[in-house]
Amino acid sequence: MGSYIVKRLLSAIPVLLGITVIVFLIMAMIPGDPATAILGSYATPENVEKLNRDLGLDKPLVQQYFIWLGNMLTGDFGTSFALNRPVIDEVLERFNGTLVLAGTAFVLCSIFGVIAGVVSAANQYGAGDKIITFAVLLGISIPSFFLGMMMILFFAVNLRWFPVSGMWPIYGARDLSALISHLTLPAIALAVVATGVIARLSRSAMLEVLRQDFIRTARAKGVHERGVIWRHALKAAMVSIIPVLGIQAGFVLSGAVYIEIVFQWPGVGRMLVDAILKRDILLVQGGVVFVAACYVLFNIAVDVAQSLLDPRIKT
Amino acid sequence: MTGFLKLLARNRLALAGAIVMALVVLLALVTPLLPLADPDVTDTANRFRLPFSEGALLGTDHLGRDLLSRLLWGTRLSLAVGFAAAIVAATIGAAIGIISGYYGGRVDNIIMRGVDMLMAFPYILLALAIVAALGPGLLNALIAVAAVNVPFFARNIRGITVGLAHKEFVDAARLAGLTNTRIILTEILPNVIPVIVIAMSTTIGWMILETAGLSFLGLGSQPPQADLGSMLGEARSALITNPHTSIVPGVMILIIVMSINLLGDGVRDALDPRLKSGALSRPMAATRVDRRAPVPEATGAGLLEVQDLQTQFHVRDRNYRAVGGVSLHVKPGECLGIIGESGSGKSVTALSVMGLVASPPGVIAGGAVRYDGEDLIGAPYRRLREMRGRNVAYIFQDPLATLHPLYRVGDQLIEAIRSHRPIGKAEGREKAIELLKAVRIPNPEKRVSDYPHEMSGGMRQRVGIAMALANDPDIIIADEPTTALDVTVQAQILSLLDDLRRSRGLAIVFITHDFGVVAQLCDRVAVMYAGRIVEEGPTQGILETPLHPYTARLMACVPELGGGKRRLEAIPGLPPVVDKLPAGCAFADRCTKAREDCRTSEIHLEREGARAVRCIHPETPLREAAE
Repeated sequence: MGSYIVKRLLSAIPVLLGITVIVFLIMAMIPGDPATAILGSYATPENVEKLNRDLGLDKPLVQQYFIWLGNMLTGDFGTSFALNRPVIDEVLERFNGTLVLAGTAFVLCSIFGVIAGVVSAANQYGAGDKIITFAVLLGISIPSFFLGMMMILFFAVNLRWFPVSGMWPIYGARDLSALISHLTLPAIALAVVATGVIARLSRSAMLEVLRQDFIRTARAKGVHERGVIWRHALKAAMVSIIPVLGIQAGFVLSGAVYIEIVFQWPGVGRMLVDAILKRDILLVQGGVVFVAACYVLFNIAVDVAQSLLDPRIKT
Repeated sequence: MTGFLKLLARNRLALAGAIVMALVVLLALVTPLLPLADPDVTDTANRFRLPFSEGALLGTDHLGRDLLSRLLWGTRLSLAVGFAAAIVAATIGAAIGIISGYYGGRVDNIIMRGVDMLMAFPYILLALAIVAALGPGLLNALIAVAAVNVPFFARNIRGITVGLAHKEFVDAARLAGLTNTRIILTEILPNVIPVIVIAMSTTIGWMILETAGLSFLGLGSQPPQADLGSMLGEARSALITNPHTSIVPGVMILIIVMSINLLGDGVRDALDPRLKSGALSRPMAATRVDRRAPVPEATGAGLLEVQDLQTQFHVRDRNYRAVGGVSLHVKPGECLGIIGESGSGKSVTALSVMGLVASPPGVIAGGAVRYDGEDLIGAPYRRLREMRGRNVAYIFQDPLATLHPLYRVGDQLIEAIRSHRPIGKAEGREKAIELLKAVRIPNPEKRVSDYPHEMSGGMRQRVGIAMALANDPDIIIADEPTTALDVTVQAQILSLLDDLRRSRGLAIVFITHDFGVVAQLCDRVAVMYAGRIVEEGPTQGILETPLHPYTARLMACVPELGGGKRRLEAIPGLPPVVDKLPAGCAFADRCTKAREDCRTSEIHLEREGARAVRCIHPETPLREAAE
């Protein structure tokens, strides 16, 4: 197992390098002089020249890339001019917020999506199946930002069950119950779409598995139908559900951008949007590379989980 | 194509989606012709007017602009941008995919590596990076959304192209001296276009949603121009005081995306052949029972008694009578063979006993199965489950498919026991090892924690047998347990079963298509053809004097050791399809002895002593054979 993890980590290196190349190339598309773009049109010529020197922007493109990559490897993502602090500090601080939000949403959508899919498949064409199928269709069709706004209106403004926005109360203790009450609405709003997608795929994976011979064997030896569905069928279906969970994690991370805006949640997504509107290029660059790298590592964890589930995968 | 459209129309939800979508598109197309207020004229005196107020059907927004007008113009813009992004992404993606798939080799390798890298991003990060570089704006948002969807198309289309690139017609075009460009344009592209269209129809909803999302973030359309996303984004600051300005564009996005999704699902379902055949149904816990005729009375013959069993498969408007009135019985310690070709109904008969016929489409339409006098067909699921494995156990054909691939064999054995009585962990393991020993698996202490894929075929079948023995059943139904094994292993398994039968007093129902196996193991044989028993009797008697021509032909199919130059004769033709059986004898069409009267009326199973046959012109007269 250990060697398998090491192998997967090593195979992630080219992907990580590829990500940096892509981000670098996108940033090279910036029209005009990058230093001016970074510093804004009111920058003094001295500042522009200094930045050009610092980032090696006066050198050829390939050399620029390696300077940038080298800096990042030592943890130097540059300095955000708008915030006047190191990019890495800002990204790490904001990433915490995103991790709490997206992590909770991911747990929610994995649990409820799989349960809904299994229940739906086990009652195929029954009333439960029809209700879940319709709810799923609604869930994957509603834009998460619109859903979030409607939830604020209903649950926070009308019913006053939850706070309207933010991660912590402005006054009062920053304890777990405060976090949970702030987290509930945005986490649910973020989880809905992915729950729908996971439920759909779990349903079809279960239907596929339930026709297999080993299900008949389980029934023939007298296993309870509950055990047939939740142990035998679900375990086999998980082999095709887990990769879907990995993909959906990416969508949850993406959707977090909208939810962070709607709920004023202090996360990376909102930071990126603000940075784009302020043309804070280095912050965008650093944020994108950092989050993408985390996502690549997360997918390795998914592969490892898959190999733990399925002994047929050679580790 | 018309069939496809019909299928689509039959799916009512898809039809509803198509109609709504058509209405929205139509509305967007005629928007410039409608007598609407100018969407960009502000009128701050009349801001935040509620829907249905005079002069503003949907009210006005924070600058007093007419919401209905803005909604329609915004919808027009959102649709246009979404469609445009889809077309751009599909065109570029398809081009990359075709080139990659057509040329293969290094080109393919490099391109697909790049595609993988792009797909390693959470998609919105990539879109945000592109917008960051190009600057906010609707066109740039369109480029970003199109760009992040290119890999999806490239990968899909590449897969299709790889399949096409080695087809005969492409080779022919190459030999004819056509250039690669011509081949791609005239041979590959026409075959790929339908796939591109389908992929577009399923992603266009996403594209609209994604561009609306970027506009919502303020990175797409810039004021005063507004698509649905930026309308929603601008309305957000007045969400609490004037929610209608948010609800109007939000509901519109929901309607558009939902109708596209409904339509996309309908298209997907219409194209999936498995849905049409009903192959995607899930078998229920027990076979459905729908007995119209009265249940036969118990006769007390044998421990297990099958009486006039009828099992059918209802597929759409067809009714396949897989088992058409079969009666059998087996006594304690006895081995009954059921023999016949594939499709003769022998497995379905066996599975019907414990309600294991997949349902839907299977239905038990008549007869009874009695275990010790108790009717199992009418038994509730709870009772059936209690008896499965404990009173009647099964061994199935292909042990790789019938064992759960992700559980250790020991755990699967323990589970068989635990389904019927509580058992501790240590005791369970001990019992599992004992069972593996009983089926002569060497080194059972180690094997107990193997996964099925770590064992050989013969080993796996031994595990299958061990599982059947786990609860000391009285009857084992073995459904072609040796068919998937090679001959030496087959002999070992047969002798194992025979030993177990003698040492434990088991009754065995052994299903096979091989008379050699029957001769080795069974006391009595029932020969099945087209869902019915055509001959029954003691093994020895049938081997010596087969009565039914079908039995005789079936025996001629088995090679005999020392049989010299005797020709192995295959039976010409195929068994009849059981949804329209011929009148009279079902075998008549393949029978060399068939006469006129074989095809006129129902032929009954005649019984004389221990022998029975369903034939009016048997190989030997029934009475003679019975003596």
